[in-house]
Amino acid sequence: METTISEKHGNSINTKKKKKWSERPTKTDVFIGLFMIVVIVVTLYPFLHVLAISLNNAVDTARGGLTIYPRDFTLQNYREIFSGNNNWVIAFRNSVLRTVIGTITATFTCAVLAYILSRKNYIFRRPLGIILVLTMYVSGGLVPTYLVIRNVGLMNSFAVYIIPALLNAFNVIVIRSFIDGLPEALEESARIDGANDITIFLKIIMPLCMPVLATVALFTAVGQWNNWFDTYLYAGANVNLTTLQYELMQILGNAQSMTSSQVHQLNQTEGAIIRTTPESIKMAATIIVTIPIVIVYPFLQKYFVSGLTLGAVKS
Amino acid sequence: MESAKVIDIEKQGQIKARQKQMPKKKITWKLIKQQKLLIGMSIPFVIWLAIFAYTPLIGWIVAFQDYRPQNGFLGSDWVGFHHFRVLFNDSLFYTALRNTIGMGGLGLIFGTGTAISFALLLNELRFTRFKKMTQTISYLPHFVSWVVVANLVTTMLSNTGVVNNILQFLNFTDSPINFMARPDMFWGIVTAAEVWKSTGWNAIIYLAAMTSISQEMYEAAHVDGANRFQKMWHITLPSIKPIIIILMIMSIGNIINIGFERQMLLGNNIVADAAIVIEKYALDYGIGMFRYSFGTAIGIFKSVISIILIFTFNTIAKKTSDISIM
Repeated sequence: METTISEKHGNSINTKKKKKWSERPTKTDVFIGLFMIVVIVVTLYPFLHVLAISLNNAVDTARGGLTIYPRDFTLQNYREIFSGNNNWVIAFRNSVLRTVIGTITATFTCAVLAYILSRKNYIFRRPLGIILVLTMYVSGGLVPTYLVIRNVGLMNSFAVYIIPALLNAFNVIVIRSFIDGLPEALEESARIDGANDITIFLKIIMPLCMPVLATVALFTAVGQWNNWFDTYLYAGANVNLTTLQYELMQILGNAQSMTSSQVHQLNQTEGAIIRTTPESIKMAATIIVTIPIVIVYPFLQKYFVSGLTLGAVKS
Repeated sequence: MESAKVIDIEKQGQIKARQKQMPKKKITWKLIKQQKLLIGMSIPFVIWLAIFAYTPLIGWIVAFQDYRPQNGFLGSDWVGFHHFRVLFNDSLFYTALRNTIGMGGLGLIFGTGTAISFALLLNELRFTRFKKMTQTISYLPHFVSWVVVANLVTTMLSNTGVVNNILQFLNFTDSPINFMARPDMFWGIVTAAEVWKSTGWNAIIYLAAMTSISQEMYEAAHVDGANRFQKMWHITLPSIKPIIIILMIMSIGNIINIGFERQMLLGNNIVADAAIVIEKYALDYGIGMFRYSFGTAIGIFKSVISIILIFTFNTIAKKTSDISIM
């Protein structure tokens, strides 16, 4: 092993540009490779298993032994969710609505505040910046926040998903750093032409900020889509405000207690009517809330490191 | 260590230079008139911050009152430290505190440990395509919600789940273990779920730090005959030590701020004793029972502990390794 390593390093020192993989893998390489394969399997297996259950006939699933591919393929579990006689349709609508509206509004407000804070001559720039950044370090906590939300009348209204989420200090700082990096000449010429701050923001800064705004929007969207706790705390009483995550959270415990014998019993008593079980519906719902994430998260990764370093430098 | 000091000095220099650059501006009526549009744009933000960020802070006074919603913040009776006394006399509070620190500590140790080990090994992986793919897959769990993770965990750990199947196949156990109904295993399950969810994501920052390590150091070590694990141990790890310590300081205060999401979603009545954490306690015995003052008192206690933890660890880190965030 020792010799191969030195060979490899000898090569890489002498011919720096040479592709490393052209060399023979050592035992260490094989070990690390195998370890990474285990990591991949452990990460993906649960998702694939749940996907298999969601696509499998529910009664067949209750027999057990399912792994990562459906045995008796059916879309019945998904059909059940969207069939319209339950909360899932409302939940799906609300999840989509809060993600779309919440993301657009929050990204826009963060961008406006970032623009204001990027004006070098603005007299209240420092105080405004300080009261914003302080929110990253101190928070009132669970109960006082709950009392505020209740006292301003946001309980059991759709606005509770949008308004308290409008500002995020970290996002504002990230956008502001981006604006600071833009050439000043662009807006100076506009200002000479008599454009005011709103025009400069909307016509010049916003279009240039699209890359960073896309990043912030994606992170906000993931946060909105994944949030169940505000529904639980502030809107649980109103069925019309339920979300996918909240519905999923509610059946998490219920479906657990349903054993295969109970399913079997259910199957017998209702004859051919039974097409699915809460367990299988739960799995289908899990897949529905996971798929959008799987689609967007590779885009998030691209921007993450740059965004993080930006934020760190500024704060 | 040296480099951290250098960075510190550089930073101070930069700040001083910036202060020189921008002399303090006098606020005059002329300026205000000139900037009325910006000021107008700022007002909604100030109002938002006042309501959603600062009113809850003022709301801390509720902890010293017997708050009744119908009387409001100002009309409620003052009771001093009554709620804190009740809190410190409640045995459930100590259970919650123990669980919080236990699970927070386990999460910090194993979370950091696995993230660093994973980053070290991934950094050594030479096949770039495979490396990228592994990394991308590894942080998928970070982006799915805890509701989904809790669902996956309970499915995997159920009586017919894959974990029990493997254990039975390997003859570690005859009958399936009912994981979710075992209070003694709850901390472990929560920690494992956390590690599963966050290792790949937490490794990103360490990997980023590793890419900036000078290649010459490795070459020098290679000339001295070091093998790969020796290089990992003597070069890579010490090089990322500052960032490890900084992240540790920042997360040590969060030992007590672990929230309650995973405990609430993974827990059930059978394991309640091992699953109750401070925030869940505040939620159930504060908001749930309309004892808002009591719930606020719990929140204040938590914040105080969190600040003490950060300062203590910061001081220790400063003394032992010259790295600090304050």
